[in-house]
Order: sequence, then C-alpha cells, then structure tokens
Amino acid sequence: MQKLSAELEKRLGSAVESMPAFPKSVQRVLELTRDINCRPKDLIEVIEKDPVITIKVLKVVNSAYYSLPNKITSINQAVVYLGVNTLKNLALSFSTIGILPRQNGAGFDIQHYLVSSLVTANVTRSLCAKFAMDVDQNDAYITGLLLDFGKVVFAQFMPDEFNRALKLSEEYNMPLHKAEEAVIGTDHTLVGARLAKRWQFPNSLVNCIAGHHGPEYPTPLAQCLHVADLIAERLGYDSKGKISARGEVEALHVRFGGDLDKVIRELGDTTKIIEEALQFSQAGA
Amino acid sequence: MKFKFWGVRGSIPSPGPKTARYGGNTTCIEVRSDAGKLIILDGGTGIFALAQALLRELPVEANIFITHSHWDHIQGLPFFIPLFIPGNSVRLHGAFDPVSGNGIEKVMAVQLQYSYFPVREAEMKAAIEYETLSIGQPVEVGDAVVTNTLLNHPVIDFGYRIECNGKSMFFTGDHEPYYNIYDPDDADYAEYQALIDEKQASVDAAMRGVDALIVDSSYTREEYPSKKGWGHGTFDGAIAMALRVGAKHLYCTHHEPTRSDDELEAVFADLMQRHTPLPQGLQVHLAYEGLEVVL
Repeated sequence: MQKLSAELEKRLGSAVESMPAFPKSVQRVLELTRDINCRPKDLIEVIEKDPVITIKVLKVVNSAYYSLPNKITSINQAVVYLGVNTLKNLALSFSTIGILPRQNGAGFDIQHYLVSSLVTANVTRSLCAKFAMDVDQNDAYITGLLLDFGKVVFAQFMPDEFNRALKLSEEYNMPLHKAEEAVIGTDHTLVGARLAKRWQFPNSLVNCIAGHHGPEYPTPLAQCLHVADLIAERLGYDSKGKISARGEVEALHVRFGGDLDKVIRELGDTTKIIEEALQFSQAGA
Repeated sequence: MKFKFWGVRGSIPSPGPKTARYGGNTTCIEVRSDAGKLIILDGGTGIFALAQALLRELPVEANIFITHSHWDHIQGLPFFIPLFIPGNSVRLHGAFDPVSGNGIEKVMAVQLQYSYFPVREAEMKAAIEYETLSIGQPVEVGDAVVTNTLLNHPVIDFGYRIECNGKSMFFTGDHEPYYNIYDPDDADYAEYQALIDEKQASVDAAMRGVDALIVDSSYTREEYPSKKGWGHGTFDGAIAMALRVGAKHLYCTHHEPTRSDDELEAVFADLMQRHTPLPQGLQVHLAYEGLEVVL
C-alpha cells in the first residue's frame, strides 16, 4: 500500500473517532433505545445501514482485547459476542457524537453518498451470491458499504481540498479518484483502506478497498465490487465517482460474461434496493 | 481444591426470616487451591462475611475475579477488610468495558468516591493491583489456573473456569443462554442461528467436564418468557447446560431476591421431580450461604 504523507496520516488518524453518524440512523437509534422493549433486530437493521456506526462497532469487537480467531464482519456476529445491550449502548454513545451535517464545506452530498453506499453494498452481495458463491456474504456487504468511505472522510476533514477535487473531476470529466490524487496527493481508495486497516478489518477486505479502482481485481470479491461500482454508477448512485468517465474502465472479469447490461438484468429488479436505501437515508420526517 | 458460597442471592441483598436458610447476601464464592491459594469469585455483599473470616489468617493474599460490574457482584468490595490492613495484597481481575472504555479498576474507583464512601483508595493500606483481562487470558494463581470465557449478559460478563491438579470448576457469573433474536421467517434467522451455535459450542468447550458447574439459575421456565433478554438463565436451562458439557455436579445460584426459602425449595422439588432420574450421574444442588464443597 502506498504511503501517506506524515501530515495527512496525522490528520486522518483521529478522523474516525470523532466522525459523527448519519442523521436518520442517529434519530432511529435514539428512538429505539428509549424503548426498553425495543426489538434487537430493529436496532441491528439501523446499525448495519450506517457505515460510521458499523465501523465503530466492528472496530470494538475486532480489537485486540477480544482476540477472536476470525475477524468479525457483520453486526449480527458482533451481537453474539457483545450482547444486545452492550451493542445498544455502543450505538447510543456513537450517536451522541452528533450527526454528519447535510451540507459540508466540500459541497459533498452526504445523503447521496449514503444511498450510493447502500446500493453498492446490496448489489455486491447479490453479485457474490450469483457469480462468486465462495465469497462470504457478510464480507461482500460490508466491503460494498465501506468502499467509498474515504470520500466522506475527505468531505468531513479536508473539505477545501476535496471540494477542489470534486470541481476538477466535474470540469474535466475525469474519475474522482484521479482528481483526488491530483489535488490531495492521495485518493479515497487509499484513505479508506488505511482506516479499515486501523479498524482491524480483515486484510482481504482492506485490499479490496485499496484496489477498488483497479488496475487489477485479483480476488472474486474484488471483481464483484468492481462490477457493483459500475452498476451503482449506471443506476445513478456513484457518489460522484465518475469511474467510467473517459471510458477508462477495465473489462469485466470473465465470470460476469463481459456484458454489464446482461449482469444487471440477471440481478432482477434493482428499484427495490434503491427505494429501500432512499427510504433509510431520508432524515427527519 | 475446595470452594464455599458466601453469597447466593441475585440483584439485591435480601435479608430477613424468609431467606435465612439460603441467605440474603449477593454473589461471592471463596475458592481454595490445593496449596491454599485464595481465589474469590465476585465481590457481592457476601464478601463482607468472608472478610471477617480471613482476619484469622493474616497476611491475606487475595485474588479476586469479578464476573461483571453490576452492583450485586461488586457492592461488597469496599468492605473487604483486608484492603485496609498493611501487609495484605489484593489483586482484582476482570473485564474491560467497551462502552465506557474502562478497565476493572473502575469498579473500585466508582465506589470510592467522596459522596458514596468515606475512605479513598490511597488510604487503603493493602497492596492493591488491578488486572484487566483479555478474553480467554489464563491467570496462574499458585497451583491453580483461572481462565475466563465471554458469556451473555447486558454487560460484558466473564465465566471463570478454575483448574487445580486435575480438578475443575466453572462459575458463569450472570448468563442467559443464547437465543435467536430473529423470527424463523426472517431472512437473517438461519445465519444468526449458525452464529449462536458456534458461540455456544465454544462456551460449552470452556465448561466441558468440570467437577462443579455453578450456574445463574434465576428463573423458573414459567417466569422466563417475561424476563427474556434480561441476561439470566433458568433452572431447566442450567440442567440442560450441565448435561451438555458433562459436568458432575451442578450448583444453582443467583436466587431471585423475592423468592423465599420455602418457595425456592418448592421450585427445586418440582424441577427435580421433572428431571429424575438424571442421566450421566449428574447431581444437582441449590447453593446456600455457607455451603462448602471439596472437589
């Protein structure tokens, strides 16, 4: 993995600890935890849709303290180890840090990012179920959810630089990660991977995040993520990634048959995935 | 190895004529290794009577293992008299709390605050040490080894297995057997079931073949449905656990504070009637204050 500058490393170091969660999930966590009879599965449903809370929970359960033989990659697994009440109080403590502002200095649309991440996560899971059955579905979902986490970290902690990258990408119709590289000196793949490593995620997932814009997709999960990213973009949920800009896209792995439209058709009705993601991401109401 | 119950009540001390036979103090178990090393499981109010007994054998070298930080398991700690006497040593072991970020030292510190207790830790004259344990980290105490296992309760709870010269015992602290939080027609049901089966297997392995299994048996099976998720087990669940892991003796503890001695015995009689004859030679006992068992 490429090295970050010492200054950048330092700025990102504390990024996730102080990262607020998404408005709708904070609201739902607060609502649910006020009810002593709240159903655990309702709480889990909220947590596993919020990348920030998910990351923080998994970080706790994957910490050296628990020294579990295998890394945990789903909230359900975390519940079995930590118990429902501990998970509830963890979620509550993360929720009190505050909420991600809808508008940030970078002009990056947080709602759109969240919907994009949920769509990517769900599509990745479906792709793995169809085209790469040996991949663990929890790994598929969580990696899809966190694939672009670096972007929201940039938006929150380096808003000016990220804003310039967004404009550059827009103006010259170039993929966002290339614009980030030009402006910031690194891109969201590297930052996301660096953070995922810090949160004790399994190396196989860290590598997928690091390499999710190619040039190679060496594992079945990496191949599914690449295709999920392309599908999310096609559906209009690419959180400004512009990965297909200028046609700079690597060919689909042979397992998908080479035709993106055919893969999308095989996935069936994608509107449900989008509707569900949209519904979840709407704050307030 | 031998052990003695000094507190068997759950939740809150429950003194009075209706609980005089089994005792009203909250959880505390004294364990002695063959070489006489002192291990204390939990510091509920029962630890106060134990402390009095220990004054006959100064200096005391106590190794306390806390299952979890709920009041009924720590409330007697400031009244553990050996803490006040120079020459004694007290080593407190327990879990890290992922929500607060605190180690085991907090269970003392929180009680020794000015508003709640008149003595500060600096004024306690024993040598006090704290050891926040990693999950599964074995601790040698003389000729005994104490190993923790993460169990299921509303706060991080360690069950402890103690081994000494081929004899073994396990205390759950507070534990509710794992159950599926999904309904059978939910998409996540099967996956969750597989996860808890795996966790259950690892917990069973930690208890496997013990000579004495001491289990949170708070509720009857009739009471349980309205207490699901509170983090406690049932008498029937304890028997199932003991049979599954091949324990030789089962001790039911953490008695409900509202259950009188007569009621406790009635519940136990019903239990034994339903389960007799017990397979595998399992013997089941109700824990009471003062019950001493030599393994």
